[in-house]
Amino acid sequence: MSEPTATNPAVVQEPVPEAWVKTELARHPQRPDPLAFIERMFTDVSQIYGDRAFGDDPAMFCAMARLDGEEVMVIANLKGRSTKEKVHRKFGMPDPEGYRKALRAMKLAEKFGRPVLTFIDLMGANPGLGAEERGQAEAIARNLLEMSRLRIPTIATITGEGGSGGALALAVTDRVLMLEKAIYSVISPEACASIMWRDASKRAQAAAALKATADGVKSVKCLDDVVPEPEGGAHTNPGEAARLLAERLHLHLEELKALPVEELLQRRYEKFRNIAQFYTAE
Amino acid sequence: MSWFRREENKIEGASESRVRTEGLWIKCDECGQIIWKADLDSNLQVCPKCGFHFKLGALARIESLLEPGYELVDGNLRSTDPLEFADLKPYAGRLKKAQHDTGLNDAVVSAVGMLGGHRVVVSAMEFGFIGGSMGAVVGETIARAVDRARETRQPLIVVSASGGARMMEGIVSLMQMAKISAALAKLDEARVPYISVMTDPTAGGVTASFAMLGDLNLAEPGALIGFAGPRVIEQTIRQKLPDGFQRPEFLREHGFLDAVVPRKELKSYLARALDFMQVR
Repeated sequence: MSEPTATNPAVVQEPVPEAWVKTELARHPQRPDPLAFIERMFTDVSQIYGDRAFGDDPAMFCAMARLDGEEVMVIANLKGRSTKEKVHRKFGMPDPEGYRKALRAMKLAEKFGRPVLTFIDLMGANPGLGAEERGQAEAIARNLLEMSRLRIPTIATITGEGGSGGALALAVTDRVLMLEKAIYSVISPEACASIMWRDASKRAQAAAALKATADGVKSVKCLDDVVPEPEGGAHTNPGEAARLLAERLHLHLEELKALPVEELLQRRYEKFRNIAQFYTAE
Repeated sequence: MSWFRREENKIEGASESRVRTEGLWIKCDECGQIIWKADLDSNLQVCPKCGFHFKLGALARIESLLEPGYELVDGNLRSTDPLEFADLKPYAGRLKKAQHDTGLNDAVVSAVGMLGGHRVVVSAMEFGFIGGSMGAVVGETIARAVDRARETRQPLIVVSASGGARMMEGIVSLMQMAKISAALAKLDEARVPYISVMTDPTAGGVTASFAMLGDLNLAEPGALIGFAGPRVIEQTIRQKLPDGFQRPEFLREHGFLDAVVPRKELKSYLARALDFMQVR
């Protein structure tokens, strides 16, 4: 199948680019949310709350947990399942106190030498009046900086939608994984379409142009691993999807744990300092 | 036919807030004063009547902060269009046009030189280049300025003017936030001063990375500074935003700015702050 691009009018006419099919799968209402993966992969999950400054963000989940008996810190955004719960959890979009709570949990893990595993499925950080008042930008920026130097192994997994800075604020990690049918993008296809095409209905074209699929992100080397999903998508067999992810997490965690901490830090720094180098020098 | 009907509607640009008269006169966006352009140029693009801050280009910014004899650095990088992105127009064409219009390779200019008695590294963003958006070139250029500051132990000043990440570079543009933030962590550990100056506008991924990570975060009067755009927020919460929302006083009141500094006082403010920020 040829790669659909907006420059090729013959392909533009094609009703559904593959990137849009994957976007819809990533957002499938039956797709297991981060909590559904966590419930299947971890035991002895003890949730911790609050950012110690403003409050507790119902859209952010932090917990001490065990992965095959090993102590880890698990951090994920929570989307909610019933309509009422979805509203309460702001459809999974964290506020600044959510990012600060996540950072507090990471620092706690660092203090006791426990690895951090994050799971991400969000449209973005919450765009709201309160979020701006409480410094959404500062909270995200602080996480980027601090995560780059956490003295413990860290792994991020984008399970569904990795929406822009709100996702990156949990993903400056030693390893960044994406599920096969997840997307990771600087902007949603809808918002991109309404800005660049001045027409939100061009979202499928925008999805193709953004190359936000796991393959697309991998092709520009902004991703460490693609995690396979059951045929047809994670929602067709959530148990199998969780098993496939747990397998990969084990593998990466073992590799990272084998590294001395200074080397771990140096590799993480070099990875992000040298990431996405798409320029020429005259 | 009515006697009074115009054959053609010749009134153009009635909605434009700024009317140019052959480029010699400029109307102030804020107070409506008609200003002779040469007066504005000699006043750092600040309205002599009301103090409104017009946008200042990257090169003029550097000129306003550094003593003569400064050196422009790292200006030779050009984007390779990693996604071969095209919307209504190809990104490659937009880049070429911006390069032609601004005379720059991308939306940032770095320089080393003297600011008062301090030898510093300055990166200034150019809003006129695709809205000052951050792609691989802006990310690498600012990261190199951070590295340069750390290696030479010279304070870093970054002047932001940007709509955020450059969506035409997709995930590549997002990663620049992580790149610069990781470099800033090293600068922080080396205890080399970093001052962030936010100008109109500073938004999205630029605010949510290096702009908010200064040892001091400063802003120019009137600058729009935020994470999400005001229209996005209005659509999400379905109510009008309060006056002054995302303006410097709003940010200072909420604890995210150290000071609001008028353009004419910026250089002396920076020099004074750098006196304090000497590692002893």
